Amino acid sequence: MSADQHKEPYYVDARRLLCPLPVIRVQDAVVKLNTGDRVVVISTDPGAKADIPAWCRINGHEVLDIVEQDNEIIITVLVNHEQ
Amino acid sequence: MKQQCKAVALISGGLDSMLAVKVIQEQGIHVEGINFFTGFCVEGHTHAVRKKHQDKQKRNNALWVAAQLGIKLHIVDVVEEYKDILLNPAHGYGKNVNPCLDCKTFMVKKAVQWIKEHNFDFIITGEVVGQRPMSQRRETMPVVAKESGGNDLLVRPLSAKQLPETLPEREGWLDREKLYDFSGRTRKPQMALAAKFSFKDYAQPAGGCCMLTDENYAIKLQDMWHNRPSRDYELDDIIMLKMGRHFRLAPHLKLIIGREEGENRFMQGYKNQFMSVYPTSHPGALCVVDGEFKSDEERDQALALVARYSQGKNEPQVKLVIRQSTGEEQEYSICPMLPDDINKDWLI
Repeated sequence: MSADQHKEPYYVDARRLLCPLPVIRVQDAVVKLNTGDRVVVISTDPGAKADIPAWCRINGHEVLDIVEQDNEIIITVLVNHEQ
Repeated sequence: MKQQCKAVALISGGLDSMLAVKVIQEQGIHVEGINFFTGFCVEGHTHAVRKKHQDKQKRNNALWVAAQLGIKLHIVDVVEEYKDILLNPAHGYGKNVNPCLDCKTFMVKKAVQWIKEHNFDFIITGEVVGQRPMSQRRETMPVVAKESGGNDLLVRPLSAKQLPETLPEREGWLDREKLYDFSGRTRKPQMALAAKFSFKDYAQPAGGCCMLTDENYAIKLQDMWHNRPSRDYELDDIIMLKMGRHFRLAPHLKLIIGREEGENRFMQGYKNQFMSVYPTSHPGALCVVDGEFKSDEERDQALALVARYSQGKNEPQVKLVIRQSTGEEQEYSICPMLPDDINKDWLI
């Protein structure tokens, strides 16, 4: 499955939130979205680098990208409800 | 014939819930996990913030356990609802400010609600009879089942044979003979079962995952309750209790001084909520001021204390800025406090 690159992603601002709140914010966003939508989460918790991919793996979603810049971690998730 | 049964497991991230899930999976049951975020979870916070913990693995153990077991995990934010459990526990507190019996009852009650909404059949927990002094005693485990409304839908696979038969056992969804009879505080049976399942890596035993069982944290929380008009709290309050050194200078004034760069950086995020103090002439700790200065003497005392935690602590004068939450700043010059002048009673 490929992401619809033309559709604006849904942004989650999880800066200053600590584990597991960034995951909860992503989880809450994903429930409202459709398969193929993208979520971009911005976090300052280093734990997000492990936790959000782990949450995606066990729930069937895909991490498209993880970028670190200026003490922020930006993770792009592709939503997949089809499983 | 009934379709595959479905159970939801309370996942703390510790070994016991991990084993309980595996035992039930072995009987062909579809299991998903549920984890409740109360705001008082130990893991993550200080490790994520403090630089000295950077070598520690930053993982959420509940997520990690779910991944090992191949189950979905639903993390539920219960911060708001949990306030009433902590502030008004019907069964009181344990050794510190841990309302373990009410907490477990609350979580099972939430799980009961969840299985109704998601059409699941029963609930499992990793509880072991006699394992914990409050919520996992032989007398209190039935209290949890009854008061949560879980009743005979609540299965404790590790101690099932020590407890009355549950509905899943009576209906034949679970074979009671394949459940366990663990009891007491020993961890040996769990270790043996972990070895049987080839679990080599797992988090340390249950009970260590909640800040409310931590004596130092409990003292800080009680100090906050004692010095505020109301015991009500916000998530930021309880997170701040995990950060820095806390000095209670007066009932209306507490200083939170960062212990290292990671905490200073994290606490900077609160600069628009709280007054803060930081040194400008020397590197040093950031201080978040919970309260207000009612006199110039109080202000200077706080400045001198913060200067003590700067690299200018042995200099005659250190320059510091007081920043209001509105962004207004004013610089002061102060002689750092001498170690002997730091009142031992200030440190919480």
